[in-house]
Amino acid sequence: MSAHEITLTVNGEEVRETVEPRTTLVDFLRDTLGLTGSHVGCEHGVCGACSVRLDGAVVRGCLTLAVQCDGHMVETIEGASDSGALADLQEAFRTRNALQCGYCTPAMLLTAAELLAAGGVPSRAAIREHLSGNYCRCTGYHAIVDAVEAVARARAGATS
Amino acid sequence: MKPAPFDYARARSVEHAVELLGREGARLLAGGQSLIATLNMRLSHPSLLVDINEVAGLDRLARRNGHIEICALVRLAQAERSAELVQAAPLIARALPHIGHPAIRNRGTIGGSIAFADPAAELPACLLALDGEVEIVGPAGKRTVKADDFFQGLFETALGPCDVLIAIRLPAATRDNRVGFAELARRHGDYAMVGLAAAARASGTKLADVRLAFFGVGATPVRARNAEAALAAGDVEAGVKALAQDLGPPDDVLATGAVKKHLAGVLLRRVARQLNEAPP
Repeated sequence: MSAHEITLTVNGEEVRETVEPRTTLVDFLRDTLGLTGSHVGCEHGVCGACSVRLDGAVVRGCLTLAVQCDGHMVETIEGASDSGALADLQEAFRTRNALQCGYCTPAMLLTAAELLAAGGVPSRAAIREHLSGNYCRCTGYHAIVDAVEAVARARAGATS
Repeated sequence: MKPAPFDYARARSVEHAVELLGREGARLLAGGQSLIATLNMRLSHPSLLVDINEVAGLDRLARRNGHIEICALVRLAQAERSAELVQAAPLIARALPHIGHPAIRNRGTIGGSIAFADPAAELPACLLALDGEVEIVGPAGKRTVKADDFFQGLFETALGPCDVLIAIRLPAATRDNRVGFAELARRHGDYAMVGLAAAARASGTKLADVRLAFFGVGATPVRARNAEAALAAGDVEAGVKALAQDLGPPDDVLATGAVKKHLAGVLLRRVARQLNEAPP
C-alpha cells in the first residue's frame, strides 16, 4: 500500500508530507503536524470532536482522509484562534462557563462560528440544530447555546 | 488510525473512475460520510479507493427541459442553499435538513446518498416518490435507470461494480405538484425509525398520481401502492388501513416491526395533510 506525497495549506502555511492513504485528516493533523487542538472522539462521525475547516467548510476530520486534502486548504482551531476571528466567541464561552473539560470546545467553536458567519441572530432552536452534531459530555448544552446566542446578538448590535 | 490499509487513486474523469473501478477490490469514494465510517470500523476493507471528488463538472445543479438535474458531487449543504432546488424540487429541500448534521452535509453528496442506498435514508425515498431517474456511466457507456428499478435490495442497487452514478434527474415541480415529508427519529439527524416522502398532483379538489415512499421499513424504500390508491380516492383512513398490506417492516435496533407499522400510519396522516396544502 503505497504512501502518497501531499501538499496542502494548513492554517495558512504550506505543508508537504507523506501519508498512508488510510490516515484520516484528524490523525494527520495531530500525529504528523502536532496540531492537537482537533480532538479524536468516536472516529465514526457521530461526536463532532474532530471538526476542522476544509476549504472553509466545517467537516469531520475522522471522515476525511488526509490524502484527499492534497491541493486543498485546512484550518484548525489553532489557526482560527490565532487569527482572532473567534475571540468574542471564546470570551463568551469563558464567561458563561460553556466549557468544563474542554474536549468538545474547539469543534464547538468552529461549528458555532460557521452558524454565526451566516449572519443575523439565529433562534435558540436553530443554534441547537446547528450544534446537534457536536456532543458535550460535561457542561451540557444550555450554557453553550447561551454563549452563541449572546455573540450573535452582540455582533448584530455592533453592525446595526 | 483505524482503517485497514488500502491504495488510493484520484480519478481525473468519470471514464478514468470506471477504468480504476475495474481493479480487484476497488470502491468509489465520494463524500465518504458513510464509507469512511465503515472503514474506521473495519466493516469495509477495499483494496483501492477511487476518489471522484476532483472530477470536474460533477458538482452542478441545473434545470433542463422540465427537469432538474443534480450531479453526483453536489454536497448536501450546497443543495440546501440552492434557491433553484427549493423551487424545482421542494421535496428534496424539505428532506435535506433531516440528514445528519451540518458538518456531515458539508461533505456528504447527493450521489453518494443515492448510491449507498441505506434503507433508512431520506434521499432514496425522495427519488422514488418523485419518480426520478439515475444517470449511470459504466464500462458499456451511459444509461438511465428509473428509481422504481434502481433500489433492488439491502444496500443493493442497479449499479454494477464498475459503474459511476453521475447524476439524478427529477421532474421539476409545477404549480399543481404537491409534496409531503415526515420522519420520526430518536434524535434529530439520526437515521429514521420510519419516514415518508410523498408526491402527488392536485387535480381539482382531489389528488392524482400519488406516490408514497416509506423508508426505514424494509430493505429498500418501499412504495405503499394500496395507500396511494386510497389517498387518490380521498380516503386517508382507508390509506392508513391499507398500510397493513403495503408494509411489513421487520424489527430492528430502533423499533419493533409493530411499532414501525403504527408510526407509518401516524406519518401518513401528517403527510396527507401536507399533500392537500397548496404551496405558497
